[in-house]
Parts: sequence; structure tokens; C-alpha cells
Amino acid sequence: MARVAREKPGPLEYHRRWPLQLIVGATFFFLYFPLIILMVFSFNDSKRNIVWQGFTFDYYEKVFKNAELIEAFGNSLTIAFFCTIISVVLGALTAVMLWRFRFPGKTAVEGAMALPIVVPEICMGVAMLVFFAKIMPWPSGMPWPFNLGAIIIAHVSFAFPFVATVVRARLASFNRELEEAAKDLGASEWRTFWDVLVPHMQPGLIAGALLAFTLSLDDFVITFFTAGPDTITFPVKVYSMLRFSVTPEVNAASTILIVVTVVLTAVGLHLQNQSENKKPKP
Amino acid sequence: MEQTWRQARGAFAAIAAPPLVWLLLFFLVPLGVIWAYSFGENVGPITIDLTGTFANYMRALEPLYLSIFGKSVIVAGVTTLLCLLVGFPVALAIAFASPRMKAWLLLLIMLPFWTNLLIRTFALIAVLREQGYVNFGIEWFWNLASSARELVGMAPLGDYEPLTLLYNNAAVIVGLVYVHLPFMVLPLYSALDRMDRSLMEASLDLGAGHLRTILLVVVPLAAPGIASGVLITFIPALGSYLTPDLLGGTDSQMIANVIERQFKKANDWPFGAALSFLLMYLTFFAIAAQALIQRKPGRR
Amino acid sequence: MTDLAAAAAVKPTPHVKENAIIRFENITKRYGKVVAVDNVNLEIREGEFFALLGPSGCGKTTLLRMLAGFETPTEGRVFIDGQDVASLPPNKRPVNMVFQSYAVFPHMKVADNVAYGLKMDGVEGGEVKRRVEEALELVKLGGYGDRMPDQLSGGQRQRVALARALVKRPRVLLLDEPLSALDAKLRDQMRSELTSLQEKVGITFIMVTHDQDEALAIATRCAVMNRGLLAQVATPADLYEFPNSRFVADFVGSVNMFEGVLDKDEQDHAIVRAQELSAPVYLDHGVTGARGSTVWVALRPEKIEMHKRPEGSSPMKMEDAPAGTNVVSGVIRDIVYLGSETIFEIELESSRRVRTFRSNLTRYDQEDFTWDEPVWLAWHACSPAVLLS
Repeated sequence: MARVAREKPGPLEYHRRWPLQLIVGATFFFLYFPLIILMVFSFNDSKRNIVWQGFTFDYYEKVFKNAELIEAFGNSLTIAFFCTIISVVLGALTAVMLWRFRFPGKTAVEGAMALPIVVPEICMGVAMLVFFAKIMPWPSGMPWPFNLGAIIIAHVSFAFPFVATVVRARLASFNRELEEAAKDLGASEWRTFWDVLVPHMQPGLIAGALLAFTLSLDDFVITFFTAGPDTITFPVKVYSMLRFSVTPEVNAASTILIVVTVVLTAVGLHLQNQSENKKPKP
Repeated sequence: MEQTWRQARGAFAAIAAPPLVWLLLFFLVPLGVIWAYSFGENVGPITIDLTGTFANYMRALEPLYLSIFGKSVIVAGVTTLLCLLVGFPVALAIAFASPRMKAWLLLLIMLPFWTNLLIRTFALIAVLREQGYVNFGIEWFWNLASSARELVGMAPLGDYEPLTLLYNNAAVIVGLVYVHLPFMVLPLYSALDRMDRSLMEASLDLGAGHLRTILLVVVPLAAPGIASGVLITFIPALGSYLTPDLLGGTDSQMIANVIERQFKKANDWPFGAALSFLLMYLTFFAIAAQALIQRKPGRR
Repeated sequence: MTDLAAAAAVKPTPHVKENAIIRFENITKRYGKVVAVDNVNLEIREGEFFALLGPSGCGKTTLLRMLAGFETPTEGRVFIDGQDVASLPPNKRPVNMVFQSYAVFPHMKVADNVAYGLKMDGVEGGEVKRRVEEALELVKLGGYGDRMPDQLSGGQRQRVALARALVKRPRVLLLDEPLSALDAKLRDQMRSELTSLQEKVGITFIMVTHDQDEALAIATRCAVMNRGLLAQVATPADLYEFPNSRFVADFVGSVNMFEGVLDKDEQDHAIVRAQELSAPVYLDHGVTGARGSTVWVALRPEKIEMHKRPEGSSPMKMEDAPAGTNVVSGVIRDIVYLGSETIFEIELESSRRVRTFRSNLTRYDQEDFTWDEPVWLAWHACSPAVLLS
């Protein structure tokens, strides 16, 4: 009788026990099966898109010929781009403010900054709807990209507290002596900030930017309430296509967006790793 | 080692002003307006008077809306429970995997999180609908069973009737679990990963089995992580709009769908505003409850 | 006592000058109600290697950071080179610091780290390059300029921090716990390197440390601090042999302390009666204290001799002892073998325990002291220090 060659799992090697492996496997299947099916069938040469009929790029061609969809996609990327820049600046300032200073009402400010993270999207969506309808109507017919201003503002409002959280977590690991060393060697406050603090924040800023970008690109509910008829974003467009009918064209458009986000995430994570690797080993 | 703002007034003002002004103008003011509207009345098609009435809140407490609130809480609760039951073993496996494998598993858990919510919901629809892959799979087994019966001389099964897997409460819960699972796994993972391994080894050394070690040592120690995972799953699930809208039937509307209807189709902003604030209060209540539970173990 | 102190003083380092480069005048620092530094007056001479020594929280680091400009005194004035530096921010002061964590900028190359301070001063490029190379040579890191800090060991990172501070040619170099993050072997090596480096550059070094061994080994003069107060300022040898208080005696080195009453105080001898010692302590010098007042006798373990005591011999009387020697009897209770020496713990008749060292001069101890063995303990009349506080 041949003995089992494989070593028995160690007492704490839970990932090598079959019940857990089964659960993990099933979970990943559950998470990925629908997405993979969706991507595979964007290449299927069939309207009914259930049985594999043959490979085709037809639906991608249709997507690229669909001017509305392309415009929506462009809008989404533009909004995400501006939202990222503004959110990173505001988030970094918030993080530095809360990390650096003691001031009256700090607890209240911290609480208020956490609000956009916890308030349900729907509440924020309707608040933005009313705000841009009654308090600060966004002028219509503005040239690109100013026509997207209302959506950008709404996105920044919920994205920058996330950035602040990420950057503040990074700041917590900052060694104050670095700052003192720069000053000791003759650097001014401002030089110290740029030469020492910003380089330390960098991985946090990249992670925050990545987060702001995906949050903005991902958002449907808040955009749904803020968008006007001439400012359709990709998720809103896909939503209306879905309501209408499920066609392989939506599969193709979705596949493009998935690829875009995966590539961007990979680039972002790579940048983050690079700048994190610069820090000294403990 | 914080410094007081008085030591560097100029720097403090330059740093604090932009985010504070933004938050006030583009977040607190809009919320404040909604809050004010919740005490208002529709007097014309687009005019709303702030009369200070409580009628909107009274209406929200009618059985119809109260039942929707209750249902939202139950659906979000069941979702959270399912996420916890699935997420805990997954987090445990990731926490104890080798560093290389750990990074890959974490990335795999994170990746759907970076994928558009709408696309994920759509993918789920494509799988669950009557001509979707789940039904397709069951049909295959059905036909197999049917021909097997024929083989042994029994009457074949009738034609396969596709199951209706969409547009009901179960579909909403499956969709919510699908979307929120990463939210649960990540905090659980970080709590388990931080835990001192020697505590588990001590428990095993003292004679407890794995199940008892997990129940008596791991779960209590990971309690803060579990609590924050529960909260971070429950809150967005409670206020979710898209999933019940796309996967739910007429009777599986959650509170967010009702709010949306008030602002778009029904055009009753004051009532929608009141519902929004009730939802927010419910959210804050959940956070406060979690904070209370979190604080207790520390007091011992 | 002062003539004795002078005799025992180490030879002064040649380049120590007479002028005070640092002067603390009535310095007090309060954080709310906590007094971190309490009315300190201190002068540090140019060219000294000065150590601020004390337990954690004694205020030594606060004092150092006041020199660098990271703390401002609540009261009093700080002078660097005769100039009141109250209004000078850290980046304008002629002092530089080596931080406890070294604070080497992780995102800059070694050469850029060292060049940073010069660039801030607006030194032109060629000169920067030359001086950076010179500084790296000085700390034996020539050729490391292109490395990133995370490619260096802890000891090498500390050398970068040293080079970075020294390259600016400060008037005073401040070192915050410079050796605390190094392992034992490296620490010994860095000790001697720091002293030779200081002799080479001739700059005043001020070091903060909680490790008395380190202070004694490196510094030309030490200030011992306790709870914000200056306890004693002296050379290492004086601190060890002539402590001025129980705190200093106890903090610097190890000590056997006996509380007693001053029984006799003449010009040429004094006698202290301590309850824990069976015989009165005879001292061959006078003590400046009132008769009958409480004093403390501090006796260093290595100054106690240990002799075999045959079973049944009667306790030696002071009169029988060799001239100028104190003798008490006891029993060995504990032996700790440390390699180069062995620590013995001896229980006296009063059941008080006393420590003594014996150097292991030969590979086999001829006398073979063992547990529960009766012994005599003896010390010279000049060995104990008598402390009034």
C-alpha cells in the first residue's frame, strides 16, 4: 500500500484543510462565474446568447458605433479623472489637518468627515438632486467638461473622505523625526512638507487616487439623481439599456469597462508597491 | 505629538479651509436642505413650503411604509448573516495561507469590488434568468435523469419548466451577498491576520479541538473585526437601491426604491425627504449599536 | 574630598577649550502641570564630549531638543556660542542632530541625504559633491553614495545620519540615544568610533543616553539628571567614585547601600554605625555632616574583598582587623557565574544581602567558594562613599 506522499496539513494550516478549500473554491466560483460568463458571451455570435455559436467581434463593433454609449463612456472617464484630482487634493489636506493639528471642534469635524462614507447613497443622491435643482442650479448648455460639473462635485463629496481615511492611515506610520531632521538640516516648513511629508504620503495618495477613480467610475445611484439628459454616464446608460433588453452589446460594453478597471487597478497597485518599497525595512 | 492650531494659524487655515468649505457647501448644505424639506408640504407642482409639519413622518409610520422598513432591515440582516457565514471561513483560509498565496487570494477577493456594481448585477441576471446558465445546468441534469428513467423502462420526465430565479426576495438576497461579500471578508481577514498565532496554539496545546478553538478563542478575539465587518456590510445593504430594483419583483422593493419613487415618479419631495432621514437615523442607530458592543469587551 | 576628586580625575582631553559653547540659564520646562526640566543651570565647554545621563523621563531629551530648537523653554535662556537662541527656529541654528531613529530620508539616496543640509544652505554643486564625499569617507562609507537607505544595515544608517549632520560643520553635534538601536557587538565598536570621530573633527558632541556604561565609556563629562533636576555634573570617574547622592550612586554602576548614623566625625577619620552591619564603618577621612545625622554608606561590589571563614571562628572585632580595614561576617547565598567575573551574594548576620564581584583570574578558582560557605567581607577605609542625601 503506497503511503500518501503529501504531508499532512499542520495544525494551523487551515487553508490546506478540505472543508475550507471547498468553501473558498465555491466562493470564488460564485464571485467569478457570472463575470466570466458575461465576458465570454460578449464574443458569442448569437442574439440569444446562451449557447456558444461561434466567435465574433460584432458586438464590439456595435459598441464602438453606438455614439451615445461612447459619449457616456467618455463622460464617465472625464468625471472620474477630475473627481480623482480634486478628491486627492482635498483628501490629503483633510488627512494632514486631522493628523497634524489639535483644534476646537476636532471631534465634530472628524465625525462630519466620516458622514459621506456612512450616509446611504440614496440619501446623498436625493440631497444632490435637490441641491442642484433648488440651491445651486447648474447652468445647462455649458461646454464640455463644465457640463459635467454637478456630477463631478457630487462625486468629490463622497470620494474625498475615503481618500482622507487612506492617507491618514499612511500618515500614522510617519516618523516625526524625519521632519525634525529636515528642519535641523536647515529646511523651512514648506520645504520640509514637500521634501519629507509628501514622499511619505505618496503610497497613500496613489491608493486614494485609485479608490476615488473607481468609486467615481462605479457610481450609479448618485449620478442617476444628479445627471441631466445631456450628461449621461456609462453606468446610467447601461442601466437604461438593461431596462430595455439584455443584448450581447451590453456584455461587450461591460467587458470593456472590466478590462479598463482591471488594467487601471493593476497599474495603480504596481505604482503603490513601487513607492512603498522605497521605505526602509524595519 | 499634534500641535495646536494656534502655533501655525496660517498653515492651519490654508490646510483646513478647502476641505471644510467643500464639505459644508457640497455635503452638509444639501443634507440640511433635505432635512428642512422633510418638514415641508407640496403646495404646487414645483413649490414646497417649509411649514414645519410632522405629517411626512406620520405618513412614514403607516403600516405600509413601516413594513417596507422592516423588510429592508430583514433583507439586509439576512444578507449580512450569509456574508458572515461564508466570509469567515474564507477569511480564515486567507489569513493562514502562505504570503504569496495570501496576496493572490486577497487580490481575487478585491477584484470584483473594483468592478462596476451595475455590471456585476447584470452578470448575475444573465446567469439567473430563465434562459440563464443556472437553469441551463438544471435542465441538463433534468434531461439526463429523464433519459435514465427511460433506460430503466420508466416513463420519462416531462419537458423542463425553467425555474423563476429572478424578480423575488431570494434573488435580491443572492444579489446583495454577491455584491457585499468582499466588504465582509476584508475586515475579517485583517482581524484574523493580526491575531497572535500562539494563542490558538495554546488552545490546541491545552486540549481543545479545532472547532472549540475557533469558537472559544478565535471568534472572541476577532470580535472587533467581526463587528466592523457586520457593520460595513449591513449599512450599504440596508440602503441598497440598484440590486432590489434590478433583481427584485414588485413585492421586494426596499426603502431606497420607495425614496427614489418619491423624488422621481411620485414627485413628493417632502415625504421622500422624511423617508431619507428615517433611513439615515436607522443607519446611525446601527453604527451606535456597534460602537456600544465594541466598547464592552474593553471595559472588562 | 575635593583634593581626592582632583587626584582621581582623568586626564583632560587636549582640545577642550575654556569657553562655554552652551549655556543653560535657569531653564524650566513645564507641560501643563508636569515639570520636565526644573531650573537647570549648565555650561558645556567647547570641544567636550558631553553626556546627559538619566532614566527615561528625567528631562535629558527635552534639554537636548531645546538646543536643537524643537522645544522652547518655559523659563530661562539658552545660549549657543554666547548667542541667545530663543528666537532662532531649528533650521537657523548652528547645531545639528543625529536622531534616535537616525531619521535617514528613506526616499533619497545616501549621497542625497548627506547633501540635503548643504543644499538648504545654498552651497554650490561642486562644493556639495566634494564635501559629501569627504563626509562619507569620514564615517567610513566611501562608495556608498548611490545606495538607498533600505539597502543599508542599522549601523550604516547611523553613519549616514552622522555624516549628514557633520557635513554642515555645526558648532555642536547633538546625539539622541545614538547607540540604543544597535546590537551589543556593534554598540561596543560604535562607542570607540564615536570618540575617535569626535577627536578627529574637534566639534563639541552632546549625547543623551539612559545607559550609564555608554556615558562612562564615551563622555569626557556627564550630567546626571533625575526628575528634571541636575543631580551631578562631573567626569565619569568622579561620578562613579564620588557620587554626591544616593540617586547618582545607585544609577551609575551597582552599589551596596547602608543607612546609618554619623557617630564620629574628625578631621582624619569618621565612624558610621549602620544597623545592618555588625561592626561600625570606619572611614579614613572626615565627613561634612552633623554628628548624629542620618547618612548613607555606598560601597561598590568590586571594592569588597571576600575571605574564607573557618567554621566556629568568632566574629572579628574592628580592633582586630588589619589597619584601616572594615570586616563583617556572612554566608554565601547565591553565585552568578558571568564568565569574566562571578557575582556572589552574601547574607550578613542582619540577614541583609550584599553583593561582591570576583574576577575570574585563573581558569579554575583556587579557593573554590561555594553555596552556604561562611566568609569574611572586608574593605578599605577609603572605599565607601558617604552620602548625605
